[in-house]
This record gives sequence, structure tokens and C-alpha cells, in this order.
Amino acid sequence: MRGTPHLIIVSSNIKTIARPALAEEKYHSKKPDRSQFDARADRIFRWFVAGAATLVLVVLAASGVSMLWGGRLAFETFGWHFLFSSDWDAVNKNFGAFVPVYGTLVSATIAMLVAVPVSFGIAFFLTEVAPYWLRTPVAAAVELLAGVPSIIYGMWGLFVFVPFMADNVLPWVNENLGELPWIGALFQGPPLGIGMLTAGIVLAIMVIPFISSIMRDVFLSVPRGLKESAYSLGATTWEVVWDIVLPYTRTAVVGGIFLGLGRALGETMAVTFVLGNAHQLSASLLMPGNSIAATIANEFTEADSDIYLSSLVALGFLLFVVTFVVLVIARLMLRSTAAEGGRA
Amino acid sequence: MNPALRPYFLRRKIFDRAAKLLSLGAVVFALFWLIWILGVTLAHGLMALKPSLLNQMTPPPGEDGGLANALFGSLSMSFLAILIAAPIGIAAGTYLAETSRRRLWCETVRFVNDILLSAPSIILGLFVYTLLVRPFGHFSGWAGAIALALIALPVIVRTTDEMLRLVPDAMREAALSLGIPQWKLTTHVLYRAALPGIVTGVMLALARISGETAPLLFTALNNQYWSMDLGAPLASVPVVIFQYAMSPYEEWHALAWAGAFVITLLVLVLSLIARAVVAKNRVSNE
Repeated sequence: MRGTPHLIIVSSNIKTIARPALAEEKYHSKKPDRSQFDARADRIFRWFVAGAATLVLVVLAASGVSMLWGGRLAFETFGWHFLFSSDWDAVNKNFGAFVPVYGTLVSATIAMLVAVPVSFGIAFFLTEVAPYWLRTPVAAAVELLAGVPSIIYGMWGLFVFVPFMADNVLPWVNENLGELPWIGALFQGPPLGIGMLTAGIVLAIMVIPFISSIMRDVFLSVPRGLKESAYSLGATTWEVVWDIVLPYTRTAVVGGIFLGLGRALGETMAVTFVLGNAHQLSASLLMPGNSIAATIANEFTEADSDIYLSSLVALGFLLFVVTFVVLVIARLMLRSTAAEGGRA
Repeated sequence: MNPALRPYFLRRKIFDRAAKLLSLGAVVFALFWLIWILGVTLAHGLMALKPSLLNQMTPPPGEDGGLANALFGSLSMSFLAILIAAPIGIAAGTYLAETSRRRLWCETVRFVNDILLSAPSIILGLFVYTLLVRPFGHFSGWAGAIALALIALPVIVRTTDEMLRLVPDAMREAALSLGIPQWKLTTHVLYRAALPGIVTGVMLALARISGETAPLLFTALNNQYWSMDLGAPLASVPVVIFQYAMSPYEEWHALAWAGAFVITLLVLVLSLIARAVVAKNRVSNE
């Protein structure tokens, strides 16, 4: 057997390696030439794996392009008006994306306002506060939340959480927060249960495991010596985390938050159940609204005209662009600091 | 200690205690929801479990029935999706882990794969709709399976890539020094070493797609009757849950809870096993 190097990186040079002496050639020609077979098999193998990797790129690019193509009728008909119009009228065939876009942004904002401090607390607890024996089981339990399918969140939300909010939480919110100056308008309204606030809280529960597990991982990547020097100067646990760990991991923490934001923006089923599917703008968070994903999921099978269907696909394209930008930012920030310690 | 400083120290100490207490509160907050959601699903689901779930079809309103067609649809589409995604995903992961040239290209693919991993599944559903449903004019089980495959793909790529990179280089060098070609090294040595990890990735992908609803709404849609035809609309458990939970009928709600119970149990068991395997691998490789 000839010791031809067969690494992927050099095997393109196989052809240029000098052929061995004639005698050896003869010896090998008696049986099927194994090195030739190997070289061919290697080439096929390499093409196969490279093709598979390219497919990943193609899928992402093609899904963006296909939605732009599918939504072209809506974009052509309504132009920029599509983005800023709050009409959604299937009868008169007049569609605008403003209500769903607004709902998506507001519910995701509420979700982040709840999820970020809680996730930070969980990461703080799991890296500095909890005794060692407790850390792994608690981390596993929190991550179980990420495993629960979103349709289950939706069902639980609709049958259990919405009535709970309507009976116990929202009347209190309306009475105590509704009268406040400035932000009072956000909390006025009938206690329906479904609405932006409920959807935001459900979304928060769904993204907490993602954000907290990234925060935990990057907190663990902080060099031990850095923390120990702070401790030895007399810093408290909180001061170490707030003044040493957090500044050290700032970029990756923001990346993790953006990753959670990407999830919250695109979440479909849970929001569809608890948001109310109402195409109306209202200042109050207690009122039903709509989000991009929920609109598509609710109305896709009802879309009876080309322009209706095209508007829904155009909404999908907007969602694609927004989540793509958010996720790119998230990954870039995670990459810069967490390359060695972080996994997402 | 300087007595003048005492209130200052005291304040820092109290602040520290409060922060620790709040962090405990955050954990309790998260676990509270977990227990609530799982408890409700288990309680309602157990009440709705009955043998006819397995041998009767999804009923019209007001009648009793089961989930047989939906279970079959979910199983066949998930199985097909894994059958499509696993070879492609493992191959792509192999490319990322085993290519040392073209680093920029590999990083790009890895980056895009990570984005695909957290991209909303509804987008992939819409993509498959415009690719396979619109041109053919009807919803089909095939389209559903391919949509699920696209969701499973990045999970498998990522774990394969990670697991192959955990295989020690000494193993590669030993094999290459014996003159073994690359494809044999990969299939006979590396895959064997990383097998538990790769299987875990496939299981995680299965766990992820068995609860997926949104992409199936645009691709496989639903079918009230028994159908084994993948070229026609096909029922699936998540879509049936969606339809039945949104309805006003009590019988349908019970069936939806039963479906929710089955899916939650399946997903949690799959991800717990996968976690255990990953944890074991991490330890043995470090």
C-alpha cells in the first residue's frame, strides 16, 4: 500500500503526486487498484458533505427569497403603505402590517422586561449562590421549560392562565396601576384575560430558559482568578457579579438577550392562543391584539384571495427580516466573547 | 474596624443578602411555572386518556372519538423528517468538523446554521408552502415531513459538528498514518467514536419536531379521516390540539388535553435521555 496522504485538505493534490515506479504499478494492476478506488470514494464523500453543508445556506437564503416572492403582490399593491397602514380588511382587500407588527414588538418587549431580570437572577443563583449539589438539578429543571412544546404553553395559557389573569390579576392591575399618571393608560381596560400583557408573560416564561442558560454559561467562563481577587479585597458576592462578572461578559450577555428576543418575536402557537386575534390598535395592554406570527397562523387557511394570501406571506417576510437581524446581532455578540466558554 | 464605617459595611451586607434572596426568588418563579404547566397537562391528560384514543378517528363535534389518524400522521411525518434530515445533517456536521481549509466558508455555514437553529419555525413552514404546496395545488404529508426536516436539520448539524470535534485528534492521526482514506476514517473511526453524541442530536431533533405545530398548518394541514396517503393532507397531533382547543366543544377539549399529554411526555422523555447522554459524554471527554 502506498502511503498517499488522504486528508481532505491535501487530497486535491493526489493527482500531482508522482506516480510510483513501473514495477510497482504492475504489481498493483493485478488486483483492482485500491488507491484509485479510495481516491474516487474520497472525492464523492467530499462532494457529498460539502453539498450538505451548502444546503444549510441554501435553505436560509431560499426561505427569505421565497417569502419576498410570495409577498410581492402585496408589496407592489400597497408599497410602503403596507408597513404603516393599520387596515386589515379582507372584504375590501385592503391590508396593512402595522397592527401585527406593533403587537409583535409590544408583546416581545413585555416578555423581555420580565425575562431578563429573572434570567439574570437564575444565572446569579446557579453560579454564585446555590450550594453545588443543587446547581445541576435546578439548571436541568429550568431548561425543561425550553423543552415544553409551544402548543402546550398555548393550551395551558388559554384554559388555565387566561382565566387566572382575568379573575385574580387584571382587576388588581386595572385598579392600582390604571390610575397612575403617564403609564396609567397602559393598564386600563376590562379584565378579559387575553391580551398583550398575558401574551407577554407567557412569552417571558418561554424565553427565560434560553437566556438564563446562556448567561450561566458565560458567567462560568469568567476566569476564576478575576473573581477571587475581588473576593480577597472584601467584595460581597453581589459586588463580584455586578462589578466584575457582568462587565467581563457584557457582550455575550447582550447576545443571549437578543437570542431570547429572536425567540419571542417569532413565537407562534402560544401567542395565537392568548393574544386574542383582534386587528385593532389600543394603548392598553389589557386589550386583545395580534402579532405577525399569530395572524399568519390564524388566517392562513382562511385566505380566499391572492392579495390576502400574499399579504400574509409579506408579513412572514417582515418577520423573517426582523428576526434575521436580531439573530445575527445575537450570534455576533455571542461569538466575540463566548467562543470558548459559551454554548447556545 | 473603624466604627464610622460600620453602617457602610452593614449596608453592603444587607444589599448582598437581598440580591441573593431575589435570585432565589427568580429560580422559584421559573420553577413555579414549570410545575404549574406540567401539573395541569398531566392532570387533564390523565383524565382524558382512554383506549379508544388509539383505535378511533378524530370525531366531528359532539361525538366521541380518538386520535388514531393524528398519531399515525405525526409518527409518519416525524419519522420521514428524521430520515431526510439525519443523513444531510450528519454530512453537513462532518464537513464543518473535518474540514480544516476554507475556514471562512465553514464559519459562515456554522453561523447560518446557528441562525436557522433559532429562526421561527413558522417561516420555514411558509417556505415549504411556497415550494411544495402552492405549485402542486394541495396540502400534503410530504410537504409536512419536509418542513419538519428543515427544522430538525440545524439541530443535527450542530450536535454532529460539536461531537466530532470532541473526538481526539490522536485518533485521526493514528488512522491516517495507517493509510486509511478520509471517508473510511470518518465512517469507521470518527462516527463510531462520536455515535452516542450523534444519536443524541437526532433525538433532540425528534423532540423538537414532535411538538411543532405552526409549520404543519401550512403544509400537511389536517385530515379528519384515516389516511395513509402522504400525497394528501395528513392529520397530526399538534394541529388537532390547535383545532380542538380553539373549539367550544367539551369532548374536543378532552381529546386536545390527551394529545397534549402524549406529546409532552414524549418530548420530555426524549430530551431527558438526550441530556443524560450529553452529560455523560462531556465528563468522559474532559
